[in-house]
Amino acid sequence: MTAPLLQVRNLKKYYPIRKGVMARTVGQVRAVDDVSFDVYPGETLGIVGESGCGKSTTGRAILRLEAPTAGSVLFEGTDIATLSAGTMRRLRTDLQMVFQDPYSSLNPQIRIGDLLAEPLIAHHRLGRAAAHARAAEIIQVVGLPKLYLNRYPHELSGGQRQRVGIARALMLEPKLIVCDEPVSALDVSIQAQVLNLLKDLQAEFGLTYVFISHGLGAIRYISDRIVVMYLGKVMEVGTTRAIFAGPRHPYTEILLDAYPEANPHLRDRPRIIVEGDVPSPAKPPAGCVFHTRCPSAQAICRTEIPQLTSDDHPVACHFPLSASKTVEAVG
Amino acid sequence: MSSRKYDWIGTLGTIWATAISHLPWRIRLSTTPELLQVRNLKTEFSTDQGAVTAVDEVSFSLAPGETLCLVGESGSGKSVTALSIMGLLADNGRVAGGSIRFEDQDLATLPERRLRAIRGNSIAMIFQEPMTSLNPVLTIGDQLSETMILHLGLTKAQARERVIELLTKVGIPRAAEVVDDYPHRLSGGMRQRAMIAMALSCGPKLIVADEPTTALDVTIQAQILKLIRDLSAETGTAMILITHDLGVVAEMADRVAVMYAGQVVEQADVFTLFDEPKHPYTTALMRSIPHLAGPAGERLTAISGSVPSLAQMPTGCRFHDRCPQAMDRCRDDRPELLQLNGSPDHTVRCWLYDVPVAKVLP
Repeated sequence: MTAPLLQVRNLKKYYPIRKGVMARTVGQVRAVDDVSFDVYPGETLGIVGESGCGKSTTGRAILRLEAPTAGSVLFEGTDIATLSAGTMRRLRTDLQMVFQDPYSSLNPQIRIGDLLAEPLIAHHRLGRAAAHARAAEIIQVVGLPKLYLNRYPHELSGGQRQRVGIARALMLEPKLIVCDEPVSALDVSIQAQVLNLLKDLQAEFGLTYVFISHGLGAIRYISDRIVVMYLGKVMEVGTTRAIFAGPRHPYTEILLDAYPEANPHLRDRPRIIVEGDVPSPAKPPAGCVFHTRCPSAQAICRTEIPQLTSDDHPVACHFPLSASKTVEAVG
Repeated sequence: MSSRKYDWIGTLGTIWATAISHLPWRIRLSTTPELLQVRNLKTEFSTDQGAVTAVDEVSFSLAPGETLCLVGESGSGKSVTALSIMGLLADNGRVAGGSIRFEDQDLATLPERRLRAIRGNSIAMIFQEPMTSLNPVLTIGDQLSETMILHLGLTKAQARERVIELLTKVGIPRAAEVVDDYPHRLSGGMRQRAMIAMALSCGPKLIVADEPTTALDVTIQAQILKLIRDLSAETGTAMILITHDLGVVAEMADRVAVMYAGQVVEQADVFTLFDEPKHPYTTALMRSIPHLAGPAGERLTAISGSVPSLAQMPTGCRFHDRCPQAMDRCRDDRPELLQLNGSPDHTVRCWLYDVPVAKVLP
């Protein structure tokens, strides 16, 4: 097997909760709590979970936009959590990000052409003229006409803006792109355009993606492998096929059951609808973080944290589901 | 023996009922009065660039107990349609044409005072973001009892009892304590439950729900959709559910109206719409969303271009510049809502189905 491009090991990110005039730390929000996974070159790793599960914080920690509290992030064997600012700056050309909201991630006062050329100039790769020539190439790669180089972000639609966001991430020819909810803010008919573009670019440039989303449909469509997160922890890791055909964690099964399938003939399918809310990451439950909502929780789940198994379909559960269960393929 | 003398009355009744059930659908409608009938609704907003039409020629009707989903992307006019019904348009908006008949009154022309007696009473609304529609400085109990004191004339104590009852009914645990909580103390899902309790408080005949689960996580969305479904089955409340999510439509709708650029482009019962979509926009929309069931890896068919802006509506069919099946006449002629042969309840606004006899009244 090829060596992983990215190795996340026991990553933790805690945010202090401060109170009072002395800003005394009275507790911690465990946004990401002991997360480990690998990303292999050329693949798309999907991270899926509901709000507060730590998927975005994990994505930001990979790019060191957040300094981890503990753990390591190895990119091609180098731990980027401990790199100096200068070395990190050089490495950043390999690691790029596409953000959720193309409205707030593009500077409204700068023309698209300058927005695209900026990273090349900032990293001293090319001079102004050459950088702009490159911008003219890349904008066409993402399916926009060259004349858009002279426009401002507000003149573009949401889908077009997200294309600019992707073009900007491509300018430095990165190896890894972290896409944080790249289609969540877009209209349904535009989401498919952007998902297909990401797939095409991956095939063309051999890109590796970490694709973060709460949308199970998009995750299934684009990912080769999937990490399921809940309340700062990894619940399950597996190939897309394995996760959807036979989820091993009760949470994954519930998540899949909750997805409203666009097929009215499936509306009365048997499924589990979990009760209750996601607990606060400031006060995560003891033991397995999912035990408060889990239909198959036992006494041990309340006291002992389940560890991720080390087989080819790792799951963190004391009573994993048998993988034989298959999702009915209808429609 | 005397009873047999009048048997002919019963027989006549049977003949009458049989005759009615065999009449064409359109005529039969008159025997089951519609709860809500929107006809040729046109809503305009005055802007710096002049008047823009956000909703144009929108017609649909709703029977008691029925759930109609208005589905569309942003800018399709689905929310404006809802706000027009509720009489809650912003100051620069107005209903410029058409009628909104609710029972025997036209909401489009009703004075504000009379409308206020209906709103919150016979028609209630659930909004997308409960945090912005609940007053942050009032307790849950105060807000929910307000409508009941106003519309039902309950005393404060009676209303409080009823609020606790309603909160329990919508699945809020410890309702007796939550009644004294402020909205920020509740989670998003619990706030939406409180909003639903508020909508139900006066026993409305119609609930208009605008993207009620869009701001919620998927497991919470499943809870809320189930709650809405159970409650509307139990109370027989009709519902207009506005959403951009075809998955939510598939789970909730009896009938569906697909909206695009301010118009209804296709309307049918939910099974017909998903099994035999006719309008190229409906078909394209369905092909562009990823499924969980079914084979993986099939490439999604994206719709090219983007939704037109209100100020620059294309001539002819509003979808023609994105439509893979567009013909010459689609560029110039505006298609009317056509009734499909053989399925009287299935209408589509597309020239592909222009068969001379099939035109529906506006």
